[in-house]
Amino acid sequence: MSGAAQPGTGAGTGTGTAQPLFDGPDWTFELLSEVHDAIQEIALEDLGLNVYPNQIEIISAEQMLDAYSCVGMPLMYQHWSFGKQFVRDEHNYRKGLTGLAYEIVVNSNPCISYNMEENTMALQTLVMAHAAFGHNHFFKNNYLFRNWTDASGINDYLAFAKNFIACCEERYGVDQVEVILDAAHALQDHGVFRYGRPPKPTEVELKAMQRQREGYESQQSILDLWADQVLGGDETEADEGEVGKNRRQSALNLPQENILYFLEKHSPVLEPWQREVIRIVRYLAQYLYPQKQTKVMNEGCATFVHYYIINKLHDRGLVTPGAFLEMVHSHTNVILQPGFDDPRFSGLNPYALGFEMMQDICRICVDPTEEDREWFPDIAGCKDWRRVLRDAWANYRDESFILQFLSPALIRKLRLFVITDVAEHPNLVVSQIHDPRGYRDVRRILARSYDLAYLEPDIQVVDADLRGDRELKLRHTVHDGIVLDEKNCEEVLRYLKALWGYEVSLTGVDRDLDEVIYSATTRDQN
Amino acid sequence: MHHFIDRRPNPAGKSLGNRQRFLRRARHHIKDIVDKSVRERSVSGRNSRELAQGERVTIPVKGIKEPRLVHSNQGGMRQRVFPGNKEFVVGDSFPRPKSGQGGGGKKASEDGEGEDGFSFSLTREEYLEMLFEGLELPDLVKKNLIETKTISYRRAGITTAGTPSNLNLLRTMRNSLGRRIALQRPSLSKFNALKARIEELEALEAPCDDEFAELEELRQQLGRLERKRKVVGFIDPVDLRFDTHLPEIVLNSKAVVFCLMDVSGSMQEREKDLAKRFFILLNLFLERCYEHTEIVFVCHTQHAREVDEDTFFYSRETGGTVVSSALTEMLKIIKDRYPTDEWNIYGAQASDGENFGNDSEKCQQLLQHQLLPLCQYYAYVEILSESDEVLMNDPEQGADLWQACLRVKKRWPSFEMQRVCSPADIYPVFRALFAPRTAAAVAP
Repeated sequence: MSGAAQPGTGAGTGTGTAQPLFDGPDWTFELLSEVHDAIQEIALEDLGLNVYPNQIEIISAEQMLDAYSCVGMPLMYQHWSFGKQFVRDEHNYRKGLTGLAYEIVVNSNPCISYNMEENTMALQTLVMAHAAFGHNHFFKNNYLFRNWTDASGINDYLAFAKNFIACCEERYGVDQVEVILDAAHALQDHGVFRYGRPPKPTEVELKAMQRQREGYESQQSILDLWADQVLGGDETEADEGEVGKNRRQSALNLPQENILYFLEKHSPVLEPWQREVIRIVRYLAQYLYPQKQTKVMNEGCATFVHYYIINKLHDRGLVTPGAFLEMVHSHTNVILQPGFDDPRFSGLNPYALGFEMMQDICRICVDPTEEDREWFPDIAGCKDWRRVLRDAWANYRDESFILQFLSPALIRKLRLFVITDVAEHPNLVVSQIHDPRGYRDVRRILARSYDLAYLEPDIQVVDADLRGDRELKLRHTVHDGIVLDEKNCEEVLRYLKALWGYEVSLTGVDRDLDEVIYSATTRDQN
Repeated sequence: MHHFIDRRPNPAGKSLGNRQRFLRRARHHIKDIVDKSVRERSVSGRNSRELAQGERVTIPVKGIKEPRLVHSNQGGMRQRVFPGNKEFVVGDSFPRPKSGQGGGGKKASEDGEGEDGFSFSLTREEYLEMLFEGLELPDLVKKNLIETKTISYRRAGITTAGTPSNLNLLRTMRNSLGRRIALQRPSLSKFNALKARIEELEALEAPCDDEFAELEELRQQLGRLERKRKVVGFIDPVDLRFDTHLPEIVLNSKAVVFCLMDVSGSMQEREKDLAKRFFILLNLFLERCYEHTEIVFVCHTQHAREVDEDTFFYSRETGGTVVSSALTEMLKIIKDRYPTDEWNIYGAQASDGENFGNDSEKCQQLLQHQLLPLCQYYAYVEILSESDEVLMNDPEQGADLWQACLRVKKRWPSFEMQRVCSPADIYPVFRALFAPRTAAAVAP
């Protein structure tokens, strides 16, 4: 089989040894290490990737199920919702309804990837190229991850969180902790800062911090505090009306989109430990937020990298044709994109879309058509696709990536079309298809469907009169007339009330018309 | 710069804490399902073995929901991009599909969390824990079980020699086929085709030279084939494979549980349900200790007879109540079918405590002198009606039968008796019945 040692068909002739690295399905740690080094050479020297050091852990199926239920984290605090996830996954796996992933990778430094023990050597190779280099590079270089996550600190933070919550359970009881966690989980999608860093402390807070630093120097300052709190100062009158609202808003940093942050800082009823629990949930939500925004890019990057690497390995004669076929087989399964009318269809496959787009960028760089030159004048024919891709991986998220790079050629290839659904009309309408008039709209609408700011409801805390009835007022800015799911909303507001301690109300205001469409409140529910 | 870590030896069950928290959270729902499953479950046979494997439960999602602030999937204006357009052009329209939005093949409840329920599997231990309201199933009688030794045969692989009755046909034929292919044994069809051609040629009245030569050639070929078919036999001694079995001494082999119940008119649905729970527990418990358990159901009015499970629990009979008839029947069955040197015999009797006339005295005699010497253990459960609940606290008081049993109990430590009034009593009673005793106390 190995026969005539091919003198490398591709570019990698110089470095290639024509001896395959492995032959047969079984893996050993020595073999894994050798293959890792071969992959690393291609990844770093050829593709020019920049990765965290790798820590590759081999786990069993059961441990994979464990990892599933902890949102892929190496450590996690304990909560029933993870148990729910676990029993469901376990049930489905044991009954043969679903398979398990080949790997899970954690955005940390060193980059931890979990590989399944039952993978064959060929699959381990594929998985290493995919996770340990593709995802790893993306985590280290993409601006969202760089700005918002602390890869080297996450493991310590998780350990802290797990211990802290375990201590709280011991001290205050599992039920007490569960109440706070349930409520915080319900709001975790609204526990992230979408557009900027946490707001700067207000003047009042700065003063308070100052006082704290001074250690309550004089009896007088405590007395002042007490007097302010109890007697309410003499500004009570001024709090009425618009002026009062403005004052409150600036004191509380309102409006605030990060509801958990607001509760943590300003809830009148929470104990310090409860605030810390909320902070943990908020912190993890923020840590995972970039991943939600880069599904297509992240998977596309990893898939593109593994595909390039396995081809290079094959060109250099480092893998046997059999192993190569096995890897290509898995690869094609991963990037399968059934059409909308296929029974297997369940939306656009992020692996497929990302991979196709990146392949398409290569094509545009190397072999552009007239159309490409018109659409992408800055990259068409520039030849250096490696730089273009690295730049894209570093500086875009799904939405902006699609908006920037989805080409008419690919829209035609995937035969994308847009269906518009207006509630008042009985019929659905095909509004755009893959033709010159539709390219821009298809691209814009597809990009927007990956924009979390559009997908997740825009809800902000707008007012809370701490000296009045203390009702927490939320405002949902309604886009395109899409309101909140009523049942869910009702339940979440109840959780919110538990954390805030007083009544909570929500009004949905249409963005364009600026009029109230609906409202919900926790009042009169008992 | 990389390193590999083998995590496989790490302790398993990292999710145990989460799992327990989930079960705790959903306890209320799961308990309902488990209780219901007991009611519908049969005591013996397939279902109870299923129970040993763990239990699939589906609970309503209410109570374990994780609400989020999400968009409603109805109303408003939406646009969605789909792949794989075939014939649509701009402006095409079609009615909105009934399920889901957007006209695609999007399935409802992708995450398996539809409106109907949430399915998962409980392990056997979790199931039993739920069943017994969070109490541990104690490891009780196990030590006291008297182990009988028997010899059984265990499969021990394949050998090349053995008696024809142990011939493993599948393996043998597989070898035979492989050998025939490898040695190119001529197939019968090829052989027959050749023969037919020869016959055809022989039938010719005046064969020409060519045909004559062909005939000669074919005859020789036929001869070679025949020889080869003889040399390479259809089955050769080297193909033969035999199953082997090794004798093994087996302990704890067999137990039989006699479920005795009064089915006269006074035993209503409630009483039977309580009795059934008790019998299920007993059977589950014994199944853990013995490799093989059998259950014999004996029901009685003034006559006793052996019945199948359905009849036992669901038949309605009328008549008087003569408890001793059941005991006599049990004795008879033991004598007929269950020799005491092979079988561990357990008796469990449920009754509402009524008995005819001076029959209780007879029962006492039967138990003391005939039955108890044969049994490992005998449990008597008296099911009180709701109005008699006061008796629960007063074990000395009771009707004839209870008094008789009290007398038996004084003499025989392997005899236990308890009273039950509501489903919640069953488990504590069960535990009391099977409270640990020293091995010496067990009757020989």
